[in-house]
Amino acid sequence: MSRIERFLPRRHLTSVSTNIVPSEGNAPASLGTADAPAIAVEDLCKKYRTHWAVDEVNFIVPKGWTVGLLGGNGAGKTTTIAMIMGLVVPSFGRAMVLGHDMATERHKVLSRMNFESPYVALPGRLTVRQNLMVFGRLYGVADLKARIEELIEDFELGDVLDRVTGRLSAGQKTRVAVAKALINDPDVLLLDEPTASLDPDRAEWVRSRLVAYQKRRGATILLSSHNMTEVEQLCDFVVIMSHGRVVAMGRPGELAERFKCRDLDEVFIYLARVA
Amino acid sequence: MTQSLNRIAAMTARYYYILRSSWLRLLEIVYWPAMQMLVWGFLYTYLYDSKSAMASTAGLLLGAVLLWDVLFRGQLGFTFTFLEEIWSRNLANLMMSPLQPFELAGSLMLMSLIRLVIGTLPVLLLTLVLFGFNLFAMGPGLVAFFLNLVLTSWAIGLVIAGLVIRQGFGAESLAYSIMIVLLPLCCVYYPVAALPLWLQPVAWSLTPTYVFEGMRAVLLDGTFRTDLMIECLALNAVYLGIGFTTFVALLQSARHKGGLLTMGE
Repeated sequence: MSRIERFLPRRHLTSVSTNIVPSEGNAPASLGTADAPAIAVEDLCKKYRTHWAVDEVNFIVPKGWTVGLLGGNGAGKTTTIAMIMGLVVPSFGRAMVLGHDMATERHKVLSRMNFESPYVALPGRLTVRQNLMVFGRLYGVADLKARIEELIEDFELGDVLDRVTGRLSAGQKTRVAVAKALINDPDVLLLDEPTASLDPDRAEWVRSRLVAYQKRRGATILLSSHNMTEVEQLCDFVVIMSHGRVVAMGRPGELAERFKCRDLDEVFIYLARVA
Repeated sequence: MTQSLNRIAAMTARYYYILRSSWLRLLEIVYWPAMQMLVWGFLYTYLYDSKSAMASTAGLLLGAVLLWDVLFRGQLGFTFTFLEEIWSRNLANLMMSPLQPFELAGSLMLMSLIRLVIGTLPVLLLTLVLFGFNLFAMGPGLVAFFLNLVLTSWAIGLVIAGLVIRQGFGAESLAYSIMIVLLPLCCVYYPVAALPLWLQPVAWSLTPTYVFEGMRAVLLDGTFRTDLMIECLALNAVYLGIGFTTFVALLQSARHKGGLLTMGE
């Protein structure tokens, strides 16, 4: 194998193509299929030294959809999301958001996106109000005070508003982080395990807020989660990854049917073991 | 442009909130320069009163210490403000926001300046009151010295911040150690002529050398060397350009390496 061949992703060494995208038939009725996708991932690959963390991933997320990116630990979900956010540059292929290549044109679209991850913290020494003010100004929110008031009401932040963020409970921190993620009314929202570390009641509460936002704004949401109930509840479409590759995609109900499983939980376990 | 200024203001506010949140942090900014000034101030008094040949150098020594502190604290202020983002695992939030590298750098520069004023101004006044040494007597020269040293500290801070982004916490110790390399080469306490001939071009390639030579010219001869300051300013422009380019290149390299998302405690 030549040096160039070693660098190229596997698709160039085999005739197998895994070009999987949601078909027209999967699009919600309210959306015209002529709409450009909110997110388009094309032949996306990321190689760390000798390891392909993401290997030829293809999928699109039409505007207004909520899509779940699933997979076990080390499946490549976080790296894929990081490339969609432009935090990681692909080794090959590209991630497009609202028609812009995130490796080269991210500055054109960042004000229309936002994200939340339990692995990325908000400044712990600032109060909740200060954090929302800072991020609101970074995103250029027009009427910031009014927007913060809305978020205080939506996420019941009144009692923690002047408390230091680092001293809040896990549930309160998640509420604040989701509020920060919505501060600029993003068209595209990326959520990495948005309800991790929350009790079922709080998790349900956060999900209801996300659904309400998605409906009000018509936003596109890409979320990764290990909670299949959450995925079934929130997602129009699911992309399942294993070892850096897409191994299945479809609507949650369709996937269960296709793999002759009772629910998405079983599909996930089946694919994790088989893949 | 307005959006950029807004984002710089937002980031500066973020760092100001941190500073304001703890009186210990504020105290720390003043504490080290004050202790340093006391040690060297007493030495200055001793030498000045000794009526020995060393008496004439006492002022030079104290002036050099105070100006070196401007350079050192300026760089620390820049770098430590940046490190707040790493310690609080907030870098990914910033990199995902519309904040651009030059805006982040701009806010770090502003904050470095604020910290420097908080740390240096009381110490300069204290030096005047306790030891009768008036650095302000240097007149407009002091502004030129201060400006040039601050610009240099920012250029160094940009490179260190870039290295921390690229290499992670391994590069954190550079914040303290890198300035020590400069100390003997910048001729803080002695003239460039004291260095071996082969080392003198190296000294003249470093901007602080011009400032300390300029300070000696003011204190010993009573002349302000405009030529030195203009050369220094030109060199600083080059170093700032190199510093910012390095910062952006290392940031881009970190995006290739994939370290931005997981960086932090």
